[in-house]
Amino acid sequence: MSAVGALVDLLAGRRDAAALGPRDWDGVISVARAEALLGTLAHRLNDARLPAPVALLFADMRAAATVATRQALWEAEMARRALAPHGIEFVLLKGTAYAAANLPCAAGRQIGDLDILVPWHDLARAENALRVAGWEWVKEDAYDDAYYRDHMHELPPLIHRERDRMIDVHHTILPRTHRITPDALALVGDAVRTPDGLSILCPTDMACHCAAHMIADGDLQGGLRNLWDFHRLVTDFAAADRGFWGKLDERAEMHGLEGSVHRAARLARDLYGTKLPSGWNRHRPRDERYQRRLLARDGWGGATDPLLQQAFYIRSHWLRMPPLMLARHLWTKWRKGHHPI
Amino acid sequence: MRHRTRIAVGPVQFRIGSDWAPPIAALKRLYAGYPRDTDRPADATVRLFAARPWRRWLRPSVHIGGDFIVPDALPLPLSMGLLAAEMGMNLQVALGWRRHMLLHASAVAKDGRAVILSGESGSGKSTLAALLGEGDWRLMGDEFTLVDPGSGDALAFPRAVSLKNEAIAEVEARVDPARLGPLLAGTPKGDIRHLIPRADAIAAMHEPVRPALLLFPRFGGEPAIERIGEGEAFVRLTEASTNYIALGEAGFAALTRLVRDTPAFTISYPDSASGMTIVEQLWTEAVR
Repeated sequence: MSAVGALVDLLAGRRDAAALGPRDWDGVISVARAEALLGTLAHRLNDARLPAPVALLFADMRAAATVATRQALWEAEMARRALAPHGIEFVLLKGTAYAAANLPCAAGRQIGDLDILVPWHDLARAENALRVAGWEWVKEDAYDDAYYRDHMHELPPLIHRERDRMIDVHHTILPRTHRITPDALALVGDAVRTPDGLSILCPTDMACHCAAHMIADGDLQGGLRNLWDFHRLVTDFAAADRGFWGKLDERAEMHGLEGSVHRAARLARDLYGTKLPSGWNRHRPRDERYQRRLLARDGWGGATDPLLQQAFYIRSHWLRMPPLMLARHLWTKWRKGHHPI
Repeated sequence: MRHRTRIAVGPVQFRIGSDWAPPIAALKRLYAGYPRDTDRPADATVRLFAARPWRRWLRPSVHIGGDFIVPDALPLPLSMGLLAAEMGMNLQVALGWRRHMLLHASAVAKDGRAVILSGESGSGKSTLAALLGEGDWRLMGDEFTLVDPGSGDALAFPRAVSLKNEAIAEVEARVDPARLGPLLAGTPKGDIRHLIPRADAIAAMHEPVRPALLLFPRFGGEPAIERIGEGEAFVRLTEASTNYIALGEAGFAALTRLVRDTPAFTISYPDSASGMTIVEQLWTEAVR
């Protein structure tokens, strides 16, 4: 039994935690840490019978996640206080949004930076307002800075000088130069409010963004976590709304993301057992490669299959920008000493 | 990984894997006297690995990895594999441990009460703790002291003491050579030699103790003692803690309680003998 396979089975609920040998936990815990899923696993196995040291460690992780969630929501409130006086509305994305809406995938989920979405026409004002409120640029390299501004879907990252927390200000959910251009206006226009007055994407857009981030944009680094988000999101949304899958289909098509969303759904089905409706329940031979990439971890939490990783890394760049631009970009980064993987 | 061992230090169970045999052999020798529970799942994993397969044999260089890594950290030559293992273990604890508040501090204990010595590298905190630990004190640790947020007690983390530079000769003169590891000369941190704590310190490593004194040592200058207030001790310790922020409110409560209940002093001392005299003197006053 591979450690990453055991982790996926435990999350999916296919394997009884009590059946694991004491030493099997080493690999499960290492892989879960490497994939930023240890807090999630700790919540998932809250009621399971576990070896005492594992139970203690998982209790630590649940407590740590509670603190981290509170800190992430506080960071969202700091952004609100910086932007509200200027009349700039923003939509929370990813981990902080899941926490703000108290979605099931938020339980134990690690939250990195604060990701927000503002309308394109408010971008410059948002940047100014955040700078006044204490956020500072971290990309000192002029090329990197210009690259973000000219081609990316977000501002160069900003870090708050006192709290040392990073904010990513997005104006859309895929790079501007990407082959796919989601409808950013619709993302903002159809956002919904949480009871606490914060804005998050509507359910279909949330699922679309999750899939876009994982399949269309990234090199599938940390993909198991993103796929878990996707699994929990769609399962939860479909339980609350019988028409969810149909709406998701329409919405994904509108954003040009139907390929990514369907692939994410099939991978979630294959790994986490997501229940899909008949129109979605297909099989594509290429999925197997994605699955292998998602599971490329050894029992020590180390990355395996470097060639496959490299291939996905190249693919992510290939999708991100036209070939000539990609060549120029890679040349510039190479000269600066950046050597991927 | 090809070579591996498991080590329990205080409450942390480590699993350490390596692409090479010598670092694991060296660890096994240093930690032979520690309690061993091979069935206990690991809290933290350390990996010592070659970045490219041929680098196992060709100019072997040891990359430090595990659950947490420092991006862009430079590898060490294989001759310093033991230092790489030590750094890897420290890293996992510093970034991953959440059960207790971690202080970058050494500590010694007597009669169920602890003296916690917090300072940067070069403050002499390791040397003082090691030397006191050879007398009638129990060495709790030279690198991390853990504080239980629930009880406020200090817990030991008695890994093999990392003696540096001048401290090596000072300790070599007093202990059985069998308790010393190999000399690692010219590492990025200077010369290093490990000291295995006394058996009684290892046997007592799970016994919590109440903090009695907080000291902030500074090596060099005339002997001096200065009492510092709760506020200053608090700020100094937030800087000495690797997980204070991550613990949130529990960290704040634990630290507040520690500085309210424990008298704190900065001390300066020109040599180890006078440093130890100052610690003993403050101890007598604190527990009176």
